[in-house]
Amino acid sequence: MKALAIRILRLAQKEFLALLRDKKSRMVLIVPPLVQLIVFSYAATFDLNHISYAVWNEDPGLYSRQVLARFSGSPNFRLLKSVDSEKEVRALIDNRKVLLVLHIRSTFSRDLLAGRPGTVEALVDGRQSNTAMILMGYVQTIVQGFSDDFVAANGLTPPIAPLSLRAWYNPNLKSRWFIVPGIVGLLTLVVSLLVTALSVAREREDGTFDQLLVTPLRPFDIIMGKIIPGFVIGFAESTAIVLVGVFLFHVPLRGSLPALYLGIFLFTLSGLGVGLMISSLVSTQQQGLLGAFLFLVPSIILSGFATPIANMPQIIQDMTLINPLRYFLVILREVFLQGAGIRILIPEYAALAAIGIGSLLLAGHFFRKRIG
Amino acid sequence: MAADSPPRTAVLSVRNIVRTFRSPRGIIRALDDVSFDVAEGTITGLIGPDGAGKTTLLRILAGILGADSGRATILGFDPATEAPALQRHLGYMPQKFGLYEDLTVGENLDLHADLHGVPPERRAELYAPLLSMTALGPFRTRLAGKLSGGMKQKLGVACSLVHAPPLLLLDEPTVGVDPVSRRELWEILARQVRENRTTLLVSTAYMDEASRFDRVVILHAGKVLGEGRPEDLVSEARGHVFHVAYPSWSPRKLEPFLAKVPGILDAVGEDGGVRVVVEGSAPPLPAEISTTRIEPVPPRFEDAFMQRLARGAGKTSRTAPSPENLGWQNKKPGLADGGHEEAIIIRELTRDFGSFRAVDHLTFSVGRGEIFGLLGANGAGKTTTFRMLSGLLLPTSGELRIDGKDVLGSRVAEIRGRLGYMSQKFSLYSQLTVHQNLVFFTSAYGMSGKRQRDRIAEIEAFFELEAYREESAGLLPLGFRQRLALAASVAHEPSILLLDEPTSGVDPVARREFWRTISQLSLWGVSVLVTTHFMTEAEYCDRVAIMAQGQLLALGSPAEIRARARTPETPDPTLEDAFIRLLEQAQPPGVPA
Repeated sequence: MKALAIRILRLAQKEFLALLRDKKSRMVLIVPPLVQLIVFSYAATFDLNHISYAVWNEDPGLYSRQVLARFSGSPNFRLLKSVDSEKEVRALIDNRKVLLVLHIRSTFSRDLLAGRPGTVEALVDGRQSNTAMILMGYVQTIVQGFSDDFVAANGLTPPIAPLSLRAWYNPNLKSRWFIVPGIVGLLTLVVSLLVTALSVAREREDGTFDQLLVTPLRPFDIIMGKIIPGFVIGFAESTAIVLVGVFLFHVPLRGSLPALYLGIFLFTLSGLGVGLMISSLVSTQQQGLLGAFLFLVPSIILSGFATPIANMPQIIQDMTLINPLRYFLVILREVFLQGAGIRILIPEYAALAAIGIGSLLLAGHFFRKRIG
Repeated sequence: MAADSPPRTAVLSVRNIVRTFRSPRGIIRALDDVSFDVAEGTITGLIGPDGAGKTTLLRILAGILGADSGRATILGFDPATEAPALQRHLGYMPQKFGLYEDLTVGENLDLHADLHGVPPERRAELYAPLLSMTALGPFRTRLAGKLSGGMKQKLGVACSLVHAPPLLLLDEPTVGVDPVSRRELWEILARQVRENRTTLLVSTAYMDEASRFDRVVILHAGKVLGEGRPEDLVSEARGHVFHVAYPSWSPRKLEPFLAKVPGILDAVGEDGGVRVVVEGSAPPLPAEISTTRIEPVPPRFEDAFMQRLARGAGKTSRTAPSPENLGWQNKKPGLADGGHEEAIIIRELTRDFGSFRAVDHLTFSVGRGEIFGLLGANGAGKTTTFRMLSGLLLPTSGELRIDGKDVLGSRVAEIRGRLGYMSQKFSLYSQLTVHQNLVFFTSAYGMSGKRQRDRIAEIEAFFELEAYREESAGLLPLGFRQRLALAASVAHEPSILLLDEPTSGVDPVARREFWRTISQLSLWGVSVLVTTHFMTEAEYCDRVAIMAQGQLLALGSPAEIRARARTPETPDPTLEDAFIRLLEQAQPPGVPA
């Protein structure tokens, strides 16, 4: 038992040295994930700021100016230009000068004074559908605010069923709160996958794998020796990302640390398992890298990181069941924002553990197969 | 080749080239004031130990690397400033020639023709002689990756000749190529020189090749140590080369002893005795070995090379290890007592890959403390046999016993602890230091604690690796990398050593050192099974087996094998002659395997 522990420890030490003594691979492991975290967290946001818009106001009355003042006073909007023909509107949108044109017809103030509904037309650039949807939400909120105030000030009958919205766990619906926990999952997956996917292939290229196989070491020892450094590096990096998220981006960490780290442990396990599986199937580092990316891209897109899994066709939803990132994102968001503890997340833990152990067993099987 | 013909124009001249590299050990002068000329239509050899600067020089001449100072002129171009124009006319074949393994033979040729702008209408006419010379004609549609090692090298040469360059630079073109393919490759190149007046500049580690060149330039540590016709260099050694035999000592014991004697520049075991190159006119033998038979022998190029090297650089090889340094038998009681049993027994061993039979009912055995050489052309089944012995590959059928234990039935860990394995790639962790590599490999064999520390210290001392202890293995010079690889494979005190082309690409100095160590290990009872392409090395073996197409062609001591090739025309054949003769008898030339 003690001999086994020493053997595995030496193997792990060797892996560490191989990874960290080389300046280039050290840099690759440490710098890009942190840079990505910062860049993604600042850049990858659904919140719109500095929306450039134009105004086509044909109404000389008071109310149109009141509506427009609400836009120009908002920090999210930036007035680029006032226009007075449809031709100019087309030119501005076609050339992507503005995302939005507010058109108020000449009868707007008159209609309101006469007690008829007035119409504010918003022309948005539909080529960027996601942005357009979010933008429309903003416009609606501002126009709604104007009409509510107008109703109150003039003693009119309020709408029959007013909607009152409140978002739990993220009251201001800050998209950064949604993105940063996701990035913890994303980067942990990239690191744990790369550490293992390339390691066996590198040994094959250098010929050291044969040298390793002629020693009395067994496949189990070799796999353990490869997993331990992956764990340590995966843990260190995810801790760093969590710290940056909490202290730099002020994402609340409401849940318990044990719940978070149990998730990180099981998720890293499945990432390493998949990485080793790729590694035991390929023979060059290039193939290993390709294999890792072949796994990474779909597992990110089909994880619910950006688009909800519930929106996907049923068959794809079924496929996401073997995607470890899917479960880890649930764990992350629930621990960070909702303050979930271990008990509520048991189904996710179980799924991750199953994927991790399954992929490791398969990796061990492929290892042995390559020898015979 | 015609040194008495009128002086030819120099197509290549090198003047005072200096090139330095930065390394963790400080600045290395890879080339230090190198000057020489190469005449048109000749073969010039660039010879020297690893790290002498051969590859650096060829890269500078090809316009791939810049020099710090000095200048070169090739075909009237300056490679430093006119590289693109030069490269249109020049042929350059680097050590690892970039064949595209996923392209066919024909497509590889087309690609190089495209790269050199050879017009399509001229190609048929240019390809025809190349394909017939290299005998690659029937394989035009075969993938380059599916060719044997020797055929790949030939295709590499064909690709570098596709634009009919007047000058060809070749960097160790015959490393890892078997003697038969090597001979064929040289015939192709010699014909190119004869018929097209192509000029060749070739670097090589094979001394027998060097003796066939028109001129040689000996490089050592970046400096030119000697230059001239091989015959002239050889004649300098005349009167300094002797065959020494001392009947009560085996050559294996005598050789390291003589190598340590001051005044002896080189000692190498040969034909029941030791061949020595001496400083003066007679070997300065110590009194201990008084009843020695000394005979003067005609010098060879290798003798001249070692003489130059020893004079120019002082004794370059490390002092031979002495038995006290590494008390093998004291530590491994199982070794000394099992003197009569066979270390390796192979019976009817067969391995199929699909319909291809790589090893075909092979039977032989290796005795305790024996050095057994496994020779054969590329693809003869040597490596497959090795992989089965080391447990990397399962046999299709047959029996394999190591130290009396059935490899297939026993506990793997137990068998593996008895084996040391060193492959041609010197498989080490290049990012780890010398010391870390040794720690890892000894741990892999279950060593720990004080025993491990002592053993590593002992091994580092024995292989004289202390100075490089903290150096990354990947940055070591090739000879040291090989030394470390051997150190790592014997650190766990194996009783059997499997060496797969252990000296591939290693220079004569490091090769001698290596074999001295192997001889020493065999004296301690370690059994050694080795494959090699250097027939001179096979002379170190007690017995050799020659393989072809997975079968055993001949088995016996080097002297017996040589005797089998004796004919009235060649009364004293070398082992290489014998090897080629036996292979040709088994398979008529020109018929591809």
